[in-house]
Amino acid sequence: MLQKTSAPHVSAPGGISRVMLWVAAALVPGVLGQLWWFGPGVLIQLAWCVLIALAAEALALRLRGQPVEVGLGDCSVLICALLLGLTLPGHAPWYVGLTATLSAVLLGKHVYGGLGHNPFNPAMIGYVVALIGFPIEMTRWTHPDAAVPLAEVWAAFSGALLPDQWTAATALEVFKLERGGMYEAEFKASRDIFGLFGGRGVEWVNALFLAGGLLLLLRGIITWHGPLGLLGALGLCALIGWDGGSSEGHGSALLHWFSGATMLGAWFILTDPVSTSATPWGRFVCGALAGVVTYCIRVWGTYPDAIAFGVLLSNFAAPLIDYYLRPRVYGHGRGAGRADE
Amino acid sequence: MDELTLLLGAILVYNFALVQFLGLCPFMGVSGQLEGAIGMSLATAFVLTLSSSVSYAVYHWALVPLQVEFLRTIAFIITIAALVQLTEMTVRRLSPLLHRILGLFLPLITSNCAVLGVALLNTYRPENDTLLKATLYGFGAAVGFSLVLILMAALRERLLAANVPHPFRGAPLGLISAGLMALTFAGFAGMV
Repeated sequence: MLQKTSAPHVSAPGGISRVMLWVAAALVPGVLGQLWWFGPGVLIQLAWCVLIALAAEALALRLRGQPVEVGLGDCSVLICALLLGLTLPGHAPWYVGLTATLSAVLLGKHVYGGLGHNPFNPAMIGYVVALIGFPIEMTRWTHPDAAVPLAEVWAAFSGALLPDQWTAATALEVFKLERGGMYEAEFKASRDIFGLFGGRGVEWVNALFLAGGLLLLLRGIITWHGPLGLLGALGLCALIGWDGGSSEGHGSALLHWFSGATMLGAWFILTDPVSTSATPWGRFVCGALAGVVTYCIRVWGTYPDAIAFGVLLSNFAAPLIDYYLRPRVYGHGRGAGRADE
Repeated sequence: MDELTLLLGAILVYNFALVQFLGLCPFMGVSGQLEGAIGMSLATAFVLTLSSSVSYAVYHWALVPLQVEFLRTIAFIITIAALVQLTEMTVRRLSPLLHRILGLFLPLITSNCAVLGVALLNTYRPENDTLLKATLYGFGAAVGFSLVLILMAALRERLLAANVPHPFRGAPLGLISAGLMALTFAGFAGMV
């Protein structure tokens, strides 16, 4: 059959699955880091999320009468499940991952028409559903120094309560809630959950995700606009709120960059090409919005980390940002081609 | 500072559409197109600000001194409806342009639960104790409502191009999107 498409043409081998596999490859160092610091629970969550996601994707494709092999073959659901699995605490019971993954794949993706049509990042939808639905289970992070026996990890996954000595509040949570009038440096030295510049363990996991993100940037799979917007806005807010480390301070830029899910969010989640803005500067604005929201919720809200909320809010604003930040059509004046003109 | 907190709280933390579930009819009904949503937003800002200040005056300067607070629902409805109707007639005479922008939306939003809601909430919330604060609360509610209405409209315009499964087209997907937005706004909980 004769198919006509208009110029310009760029040919690239592989298509979506190639991009997705590069993203998966870039995630590997971060996953290994998380495995090193937080134990085998990470792998269990990842495997469980991938399993449920593949099943849910196949079911949804079947119900919608679309070819299952093509839908599974593009690997997009695999990335969604991996990102979601990385955000769940290693000792969350099985039903947390189940709810989160089903929400992500069905509510976040297929209700909107599947790959390429979802306005929100599916993984973050799943995470937020789990966070609001299971607030206690979602705090069961492993202590970075605890060597938890495999049997206990499995018991936690099947629903048993893990003894307290193996779980710990994250650095951001401790920093937010338990400061008790101490100077920042003094407080950080007194608690073993802080590392050199961020949260203990988490700082290296973040650094590895940063490395993975830079790999994607080098490969041309993502652009720098979104991550720079998020990290820049978060760092700028932290600088404005920085008071030299008093007992009332809100934490340095390094603490905000290298704790929680900052790097994962900035390089892997915000850069999802479907749910973020379609234009380069729109992506920058989306990133900056996510960064500001993240900082505000981290400092004044109830949630210790807020990358998910920031990213979702920027997804939510992306269509409007696209509406007002249209690139100039070559050869026309500003605002040409807007719907109302 | 108190006033700023109140305003931010009304816009983000206690968002009228997404957290308090008030004004859902226009939120779902007018969010199909960005143009309509912007007109509705302006009308909402106008009516909510006006009605919150007027209902504050009616409640604190008429109903409370006369000890007939139990009449507040009916008193609010009557004063707000009369006032908006009068304003609409005035606007029509004085500024046809403004009337063309707000025109249809004024009567639509006046009969909405968000308008009565802001008047009643002002009497229930002990921190809204001055005329300024009550007015700001109404204005903040309107800004928050307009914000999510306009974002929703832009989102729904984009969804028109999406390959949505048949049973979810239109209102179901709108409600699911609103629910997902409400999940996002839950992140602001506890900020003020």
